[in-house]
Amino acid sequence: MLVEAGHYALALALGLSLIQFGVPLWGARVNDPVLMNVAPPAAIAVFICVLASFLALTAAYVTSDFSVLNVVENSHSTKPMIYKISGVWGNHEGSMLLWILILTLFGAVVAGARRSVPLRLRANTLGVQAAVTVAFLLFILTTSNPFTRVVPAPLEGQDLNPLLQDLGLAIHPPLLYIGYVGFSITFAFACAALIDGRIDAVWARIVRPWTLGAWAFLTLGIAMGSYWAYYELGWGGWWFWDPVENASLMPWLAGTALVHSTVVMEKRDALKVWTILLAILTFSLSLLGTFLVRSGVLTSVHSFAVDPERGIVILAILMIFIGGSLALFAWRAPMLQQGGIFAPVSREGVLVLNNLFLATACATVFIGTLYPLALESVTGEKISVGAPFFNFTFVPLMLPLLLLLPFGQTLAWKRGNFLGTAQRLYAVIGIAILVTLAVYAFTLGGPVLAPLAIGLGMFLVLGSLNEILTRSWAKGSNLSAALRRARGLPRSAWGTSLAHAGVGLTVIGIAATAWNAEELGILKVGDTLSAGPYQVKLERVVPRAEANYRDEVATLLVSSGGRELGHVETMKRIYVTRNMPTTEAGIMTFGLSQVYASIGEIQADGSVGLHLFYKPFVLLIWLGAVVMAAGGALSLSDRRLRVGAPVRAKGLQAMPAPAE
Amino acid sequence: MVIWIVLLVMTAAAVMAVLWPLSRHESAAAGDDPNTEFYRQQIAEIERDRARGMLMPEEAESAKAEAARRLIRAGASADAAAYAVGEPALRRRRAVSALALSLVPILAVAVYGAYGSPHLPVARPAPQAKAADGIDLAAAVGQIEAHLAKSPEDGKGWDIIAPVYLRMGRVNDAVNAYATALRLLGRDANRLTNYGEALVLAQSGIVTAQAKAAFDEAIKLDGSSPRARFYLAQAAAQDGQTDKARAEYTSLLASAPANAPWVPVVKDQLARLDGTAPAQDSPMPDAAAIQGMVDGLASRLASQGGSAEEWTRLMRSYMVLGQRDKAQDAARRARQALAKDGAGLQMVDAMAQDLQLTDDATKP
Repeated sequence: MLVEAGHYALALALGLSLIQFGVPLWGARVNDPVLMNVAPPAAIAVFICVLASFLALTAAYVTSDFSVLNVVENSHSTKPMIYKISGVWGNHEGSMLLWILILTLFGAVVAGARRSVPLRLRANTLGVQAAVTVAFLLFILTTSNPFTRVVPAPLEGQDLNPLLQDLGLAIHPPLLYIGYVGFSITFAFACAALIDGRIDAVWARIVRPWTLGAWAFLTLGIAMGSYWAYYELGWGGWWFWDPVENASLMPWLAGTALVHSTVVMEKRDALKVWTILLAILTFSLSLLGTFLVRSGVLTSVHSFAVDPERGIVILAILMIFIGGSLALFAWRAPMLQQGGIFAPVSREGVLVLNNLFLATACATVFIGTLYPLALESVTGEKISVGAPFFNFTFVPLMLPLLLLLPFGQTLAWKRGNFLGTAQRLYAVIGIAILVTLAVYAFTLGGPVLAPLAIGLGMFLVLGSLNEILTRSWAKGSNLSAALRRARGLPRSAWGTSLAHAGVGLTVIGIAATAWNAEELGILKVGDTLSAGPYQVKLERVVPRAEANYRDEVATLLVSSGGRELGHVETMKRIYVTRNMPTTEAGIMTFGLSQVYASIGEIQADGSVGLHLFYKPFVLLIWLGAVVMAAGGALSLSDRRLRVGAPVRAKGLQAMPAPAE
Repeated sequence: MVIWIVLLVMTAAAVMAVLWPLSRHESAAAGDDPNTEFYRQQIAEIERDRARGMLMPEEAESAKAEAARRLIRAGASADAAAYAVGEPALRRRRAVSALALSLVPILAVAVYGAYGSPHLPVARPAPQAKAADGIDLAAAVGQIEAHLAKSPEDGKGWDIIAPVYLRMGRVNDAVNAYATALRLLGRDANRLTNYGEALVLAQSGIVTAQAKAAFDEAIKLDGSSPRARFYLAQAAAQDGQTDKARAEYTSLLASAPANAPWVPVVKDQLARLDGTAPAQDSPMPDAAAIQGMVDGLASRLASQGGSAEEWTRLMRSYMVLGQRDKAQDAARRARQALAKDGAGLQMVDAMAQDLQLTDDATKP
């Protein structure tokens, strides 16, 4: 009965979302506050309905109710409880339900923000957001219903895809979805501004936390997904330029640009139209990601059940929203008030440059991802666009952006002085060059470009520190005064520096992959294999059994220079129900570096194939992403009203008045 | 019945969520306009920053002037937006009420009516049937496994755990355990026979080439091993060499001690070869249960489809049950069901070859 009530709640949510879509928009059009005020309770009611239905599905998973098809296909009564719960979103239907749940949750949050969001803006935003909800509810109810029942109920389920039985699955999709869906709120705000023909600093202030929050979660989600692929797929790589990864990278790039352009808009009341366009594009790319991953165009861990019908429905949703919002943009954008003009050498000038680079990089990834698909569907020819393409296009676009970053961070708003800025960075540049030379000398004969990249990373990290330092420490002032000033700095300044330092850490981590060591071997018990400064000795190979899988465990003794450091286990795992093998990598962490062992075939004579990696500083890649997200969160927590402190140049010249 | 009451209550609550804001006639208070409020707060913030020394006085002045200009603009636009009241507004509200009262329940009932199944009961998984000694057995296995994890070169341990695995239904583990024991303790006839037997069980009763090799080696080491001879006879029967199989069974019976427990099994097999006792008439001890499971698998595959592994399992199961025509039929249906799945088709074809179904199955 619970399952049926959940199903019915989903159907109720559809009707309520239609009301939430039509009535507030109508109210805003005829200027009727009562109709506009229908939006918040409707949004909250929709959220409660979807939450009820999500909980009903979760209950079906937890109690292993095998009369529900979705549970049969993705669960098993012997599965550990955590994977029973995470299995709810470990499949197509459930993950779409989670998508809608987060979407409606955010709608309810916007509905609750009575004090800060103007009535009309709120009504329009919730109306647009309800349109998205309606589309996805229709999609899930008609083509991917998680509440379909089976008669008679089978006695046992078919278990969850073994690759997904992992803590990573419990965390990665919710993080990524919060990111994707957070951008849907930004999108709804952008459309609302277009409908109303009004966009100002108030709008920017309201949108800022959504953009920053969505961006931070997306950053974490991508990093988590990357780490998960690294340790679960057993290939030892952390990024493959796989179309599914690119599908999440594109909204991230656009979102990063959006985060920066919103700052310009809030502080300087400029870049309005561009910000609106970016908001629309970011969400469009999120939708495109969903389409690529869920339609069966691509095959991967994520394309659970491939069904062409679903692909067509998602494609239709995609076209309606992207086409509709861009048409709205083309129609209304010229009517928006344009913001001020500004000098090229200034904080905002550099931020525009940042936007250009990020948008171009995003376009590069877009082409690299979609061109092979388009070519295949038109001519049937299969080409593979992989790492070489992206190394030659994406990386050169990122390098100048990263080089400019510390300068931009140091430049003043409105009109900056490039030479003065460079002077403030002399020390940082010097240290970065020294580090590069030191690394180069230390690893003479090794990779040539990697020390340069390490230097770049150091430049970013130190440049961020320098920013905090110079802002809090004036010449001649003592330490306690500097500390006081540093504490007094706005949290958004700290957040900015932290996030940019995170970028630097990731760059260093990526550069360090040039010193990876990798070794392949077939080992008998007692044999050793070495990679980099570490040796492993195969101690034994034994079977082990758990409730729903069996392992062949290879235990390795890790040592370095004759010193024993501990044991690490890598295993071939067979999930009994699906009879599907997976490889569990054995990872041992030393500081920020890792030794990564992956078991291969087990031969008849008891010897095993082993793939051993030494990965120096590999953890920095993900640590950097976490620091970036932390910076975003810190900046998000800063709810001060910001004014781009304008400095009068000379005489009576006022601020450039916005063109009216 | 209860379900309908629950759904009714849910519908009423949903409709109320829309009707409730419509019934409230407060108009938005002008002083609360977040637009003007924003600029007021901004001006106050600038004042605070100046007081704390974060802003230079002249910076603060010009910032304040800018914010004030925007405040005035925002105030002007707020005044212009006079809210609609009066008769048309009332009519609109009635229209929305009517819409909420009709659209929400009708749509919900229509959608739920199309996809829901309110009468289906909840299925609870049956508690796992535990053997009387189930817990002890699991504990014992755990102990042996822990011991083997510490000293994996202990062949005796593998020899002990292998039959336990077999009894627990962990056939593949049993195969591995016997293989390890063979490697560590050497190849003797009994162990080889056990290994072969596990291999046969892992393949649902088919004596594979690998298993046959094990039995052959066992016979070479100890010609009298009745189990190895029995399985070799079965292999012959499965290969279609009926005469050879019959001769083997007969000689096995001739050499059997009077009270050997396996004599009835051999007689049974012999009878089946002669055709005097069809499979249905002399069922193996739990043949009915196996038949039930196989039928369940068959009906599920017929109604919902399934993977290539499941289809091949079905084909093999029919062969073990001696129902060759059904196995052929399963192969035919598997080909239809997996028509789009190249790898799956290959698996089915390979299995059909193994089971020697190909000649007949390819004929229409």
